[in-house]
Amino acid sequence: MSLILDHVNYIYDEDTAMAHAALIDVNLQIPDGQFIGLIGHTGSGKSTLIQHLNGLETPTSGSVYFNGKDISDPDFNKKELRSKVGLVFQYPEHQLFETDCFKDVCFGPKNLGLPQKEVELRAYEALKMVGFDDEYFYQSPFELSGGQKRRVAIAGVIAMKPDVLILDEPTAGLDPKGREDILGLIKRLHDEMGITVILVSHSMDDVADYVERIIVMNKGRVAFDDIPVNVFAHYKELEEIGLAAPQVTYVMQELAKAGFPVDAKATTMEQAKNEILKAFGRC
Amino acid sequence: MIRTDNLVFEYIRRDEEGNVEGITRAVDNVDLDVKPGQFIAILGHNGSGKSTLAKHFNALLYPTEGKVIVDGMDTSDGEYLWNIRQEAGMIFQNPDNQIIGQVVEEDVGFGPENMGVPTNEIWERVDESLRAVGMLDFRKSSPNHLSGGQKQRVSIAGVIAMHPKCIIMDEPTAMLDPNGRKDVIRAARALNTVEGITVILITHYMEEVIYADKVFVMDKGRVTMEGTPREIFSQVEKLKELRLGVPQVTLLAHELKKNGLPLPDGILTREELVEELKRIKNVANT
Amino acid sequence: MLRDITLGQYYRTDSVIHRLDPRVKLVATFVFIMSLFLVKNFWGYLIAGVFLAVCIKLSNVPPKFIFRGMKTIFFLLLLTMVFNLFLTPGKELVSFWKFTITYEGLKMASMMAVRLVFLITGSSIMTLTTTPNNLTDGMESVLGPLKKLHVPVHEISMMMSIALRFIPILLEETDKIMKAQMARGADFENGSLINRAKSLVPLLVPLFISAFRRAMDLAMAMEARCYRGGDGRTKMKPLIYKKRDRIAYGVLYSYLLVAIVVGRILFR
Repeated sequence: MSLILDHVNYIYDEDTAMAHAALIDVNLQIPDGQFIGLIGHTGSGKSTLIQHLNGLETPTSGSVYFNGKDISDPDFNKKELRSKVGLVFQYPEHQLFETDCFKDVCFGPKNLGLPQKEVELRAYEALKMVGFDDEYFYQSPFELSGGQKRRVAIAGVIAMKPDVLILDEPTAGLDPKGREDILGLIKRLHDEMGITVILVSHSMDDVADYVERIIVMNKGRVAFDDIPVNVFAHYKELEEIGLAAPQVTYVMQELAKAGFPVDAKATTMEQAKNEILKAFGRC
Repeated sequence: MIRTDNLVFEYIRRDEEGNVEGITRAVDNVDLDVKPGQFIAILGHNGSGKSTLAKHFNALLYPTEGKVIVDGMDTSDGEYLWNIRQEAGMIFQNPDNQIIGQVVEEDVGFGPENMGVPTNEIWERVDESLRAVGMLDFRKSSPNHLSGGQKQRVSIAGVIAMHPKCIIMDEPTAMLDPNGRKDVIRAARALNTVEGITVILITHYMEEVIYADKVFVMDKGRVTMEGTPREIFSQVEKLKELRLGVPQVTLLAHELKKNGLPLPDGILTREELVEELKRIKNVANT
Repeated sequence: MLRDITLGQYYRTDSVIHRLDPRVKLVATFVFIMSLFLVKNFWGYLIAGVFLAVCIKLSNVPPKFIFRGMKTIFFLLLLTMVFNLFLTPGKELVSFWKFTITYEGLKMASMMAVRLVFLITGSSIMTLTTTPNNLTDGMESVLGPLKKLHVPVHEISMMMSIALRFIPILLEETDKIMKAQMARGADFENGSLINRAKSLVPLLVPLFISAFRRAMDLAMAMEARCYRGGDGRTKMKPLIYKKRDRIAYGVLYSYLLVAIVVGRILFR
């Protein structure tokens, strides 16, 4: 179920005076089962990019292939693509509309034309998957806390059983524990369901601990696409485009400069801790 | 500047038919005292009562029990309502939902217009306020064309134009990206140090509070911790229990200490951490 | 992008008409429309036409831009003409099958068409050359005397300007919610009429909730900034008549006078 972007360009408001390029010559391959972080600040093109991955937008030029089929093809079944590539928008709880949580989660699978039994089964499984308590199933989603609402909204997409799950800033507006919970949940989804996950964020700190690959967008182009260690090694360039490496990267860099025998490439808290302890002979 | 005495705020929950379901105590016996010129941070997880508390500071909500005194004026006393709202300005979370004007400068002028400031002076105030937050170049822009961080800075300018003594910022950065967040915090700190305006910052981004003079931590409507950032962030485990965290560097230092490195508690910046590690190394070498 | 939609289609350029006080333009539009109903003959309409042409020329707005708006009312225009053409009794001109075109009908139809075109063009010059903001300001001032009759003039104009500020935001939000529901398999384009109406629920419910939330937030933000209605409020940009505005009034009333004299009295 791989996605391939081949020389994708996207221009907003083409043919008007306000035309501007949102994506410029983007080439990406997204194979099965990866956990990817997509990083870029506001206006870097990352939102436009993810909308190309499930056919909400189609490239002005270039092609997006899903399982070898061009999504711009008039015969291409976009509805199927959208069920296979699940997209959770920013503040997804703002799209809840049903009278109770369970019904809301049913919306997605129902649109796929599945039999009622299957719809309900999927909704049940999805709500369980996001760790949602049975007792809240039939409560109005509008009475829940922010974190709980977000779980319901994520369940609404998972219930479609996508092979690729894209989440746009899933932790925005949550408190530290809420952020940790949601990120932990996403990691579990990736590990247990074996699906590809693309985590969109403007914070390196959020994604560094979880992802195996980082794509950095800047001004509509792919600036970096590599494993986290290699991307963060470019911390100076990252700063220039208004992003920063995780805090621990800086600590490690400074320690290495000060003559500590540490590997300056550590990117996660765990790695940094072990490196420093090793340097002090405590490990 | 702002003082609360045994502040309690309760609201009545009702079901769909309007029957009383119960009473929720959103703010429970809060006593705090903010001195003029201080930079105060209030931390707390979602639903801890911190926003409800903040709305008491400029008389958008009134205490069920207890008192809120702003610059010597009791907020329950209707007579001072407009003085209090002018002296204690408020910035909210959503950048879109607090800009009224269709042009940046007109929005900044909105507060002074309401206060009945003469036209010439409004223009002076708009100029100086936009300059203070670094948004003077955007004065003729439409707010819809600004980034989140820029919009929040316009909102801050709108409050400064009312010449407040105190600004209460209710999660002003929650909806912003890291760059916008930095700009807003920088603007808030500049107001505090340059203009001497008292700032009360409500947030759950731990990195934003390390420069505060004093931090209050709220949970279930109560103030459960208070102290300097260093004192607060020394208690990593307790903060975690309260659904909060600590800055990443503080956490790293904490983990290292747990594993036997003789680091002090409450390290806040990476410079501090590096210095401390160097010190330990030198001690070990001699 | 949706954020760039401005209501009333303000055309950004500089001209004498753009610089006029919004009150002048409001009054002028009203006077012009009035004149269209006062004049009764060809010469009157000719004067109105010349007046309009001069205004268009002065406004620096490309005529193409003005007449683009005419497309939308073309159907209405046609309908009025057809009705007047066939249903006005009078001296028979042409007759076929069940229809009769009379001399009076022809005259009426062409008069109505000219009136309608002039009316739309006249008011669009106002909206094209005045920012929505200025327009609400002008409205509040012109309608000021109605306050004595307890008409909430300030509140109405405040509501209008807030609506203008939030329309682009809500449009963008609609787009976002629509995409989010499409990502969950919603279909807004196909299906029967009933199904399509049903498919609007997942769009409209979140949109209403969001609009209410925004309204609450905004009300609170306005209160926090000392808003307490129009009393005792000063203006950052008060409307002050300048020399060109007085000249404009002069020109306007001379036009009205000439139009009435020529269109009603001189030629009957």
